[in-house]
Amino acid sequence: MKICVCVKQVPDSWAEKKLTASDSTLDRAAADRVVNELDEYAVEEALRIVEASEGEVTILSMGPDEAADSVRKAISMGAHAGIHISDPALHGSDALATSLVLAKALEGRGFDLIIFGSESTDARMSVVPAMVSARLGLPQMTFANKVEISGSTLTIHRVTDYGYDEVQSSLPAVVSVVEKTNEPRYPSFKNIMAAKKAPMETLSLADIGLDAASVGLANAWSEVKDFAERPAKAKGTVITDEGNGAEKIEEFLVTQKFI
Amino acid sequence: MAEVLVLIEHSEGTVKKVALELLAMAAGIGEPSAVFVGPGADAALATLGDHGAKTVYVADGQAFLDHVVVPTVDVLVKLVSEKSPAAVLIPSSADGKEVAGRLAVAIDSGVITDAVAVSADVIATQNVFGGATIVHSKVSKGTPVITVRTNSIAPVQTGGSATRVDVAAEVSAAASATKVVNRVSVQKSGRPDLSEAAIVVSGGRGVGGDEGFTNVIEPLADSLGAAVGASRAATDAGWYPHQFQVGQTGKTVSPQLYVASGISGAIQHRAGMQTSKTVVVVNKDADAPIFDLADFGVVGDLHSVVPDLTARVNARK
Repeated sequence: MKICVCVKQVPDSWAEKKLTASDSTLDRAAADRVVNELDEYAVEEALRIVEASEGEVTILSMGPDEAADSVRKAISMGAHAGIHISDPALHGSDALATSLVLAKALEGRGFDLIIFGSESTDARMSVVPAMVSARLGLPQMTFANKVEISGSTLTIHRVTDYGYDEVQSSLPAVVSVVEKTNEPRYPSFKNIMAAKKAPMETLSLADIGLDAASVGLANAWSEVKDFAERPAKAKGTVITDEGNGAEKIEEFLVTQKFI
Repeated sequence: MAEVLVLIEHSEGTVKKVALELLAMAAGIGEPSAVFVGPGADAALATLGDHGAKTVYVADGQAFLDHVVVPTVDVLVKLVSEKSPAAVLIPSSADGKEVAGRLAVAIDSGVITDAVAVSADVIATQNVFGGATIVHSKVSKGTPVITVRTNSIAPVQTGGSATRVDVAAEVSAAASATKVVNRVSVQKSGRPDLSEAAIVVSGGRGVGGDEGFTNVIEPLADSLGAAVGASRAATDAGWYPHQFQVGQTGKTVSPQLYVASGISGAIQHRAGMQTSKTVVVVNKDADAPIFDLADFGVVGDLHSVVPDLTARVNARK
């Protein structure tokens, strides 16, 4: 089983995030950079699948030079190899460009499964796995909280409002997993050392057969016109409970016509 | 006036509130046309017409039950090429975002997710980074595909009626690549859906345990007809199911009223609720950052304040 896990380097989810004033792209320097939390579930799921049978897990990421750290970090959970697509022309790429780049990089490599986290904690669009599935013409097996493989049949539990759908497809397929699908492992010392030596391909746009005119900020399918930080909320009324706290909330809810 | 396609979210013909909100939003851009896929169109037609839809495109068939996301995309691709709409509006649900993503790829158009407003010239307003930053953006290539959050606009009853137009649904290879073999419903609480609810009552670490949710948080929610939410601290501790987590990695809610009990208000949580219209806070710690968002806050023990409040709300009925 050859599995590729796509990961994204994002600002730490516990930190304040900002846009850059000059070009309205994410200010990557404003916060610590980490592997997108939800992608850790994807790596864990991939490792469990190959551990239960056999195979290799490759980590794929598109991002600036620093994103190589996140590829190594993900490998150190126990994966075998990394692919990092880095090119100055990629700066400001939107989801359509990202999905195009990932699909190009994945094409022809013979992966049986391509696994994503269901969303990134910065952009939170949740569209890239579906887009990559569409571009590669592979079954879209997304929002899974359970992944099972039996022979060449893949079965997932797709999380829905009412519970879940049990969905089946053949392999290869594109999977995304939701938070809490599993319990991601911490990298062991042995795997951290192994990750330093794991094979890593660093590819430019030209290496994957794309030209700069199909990606990046200037060629994005959508553009940010302007942005502003939300003005701080006007200070509300805060009282200390002296046995009358509930009564005061009740009065407030009445004046606001909630009750 | 150009048509604006609105994908209707429904449950076997019972139209979700967000669908009516999107029709109201579409009316600000062009002529709203509803796109109804799956069973139940007959039951929905009058409601959709009464909320501004001039046309209801209906595609029904086994495909919409057997397969996920792709059959809906196939219908929209067909309608976009035939009608050249000014925009396609889709609810910002998990399915909706995936429909939008695939549609954007198929018609080579830009996609914007989680809009809270869309202007007449199709500029979308988004609250990003958990509402800390307000962004205006525009699709620059193709037909704008925009997903819109629930509770962004009030539905408008127009008293109109819609014309039904049936659309033939063909099952593409991409659609049939996945097959739904079983639909499993987990038990419903009878409370409103968290992401759609007008009022959300949430509990955090201060609730102290699962019995705190059962005995304190849920009764207040039920007195107000509210949905129950929980902070990540509470769901990580196993006090409340994970699907009710409000925050950066959970649900984003924007209700009329958000009641936060025993929640300190770390960025992780604020990111999921800070666009709520009105926020009421109960917390023991006067320095908790959640008080910065409070329209009304009580520094006190939620275990006495919240049950007292529940009794008072119930007594008014």
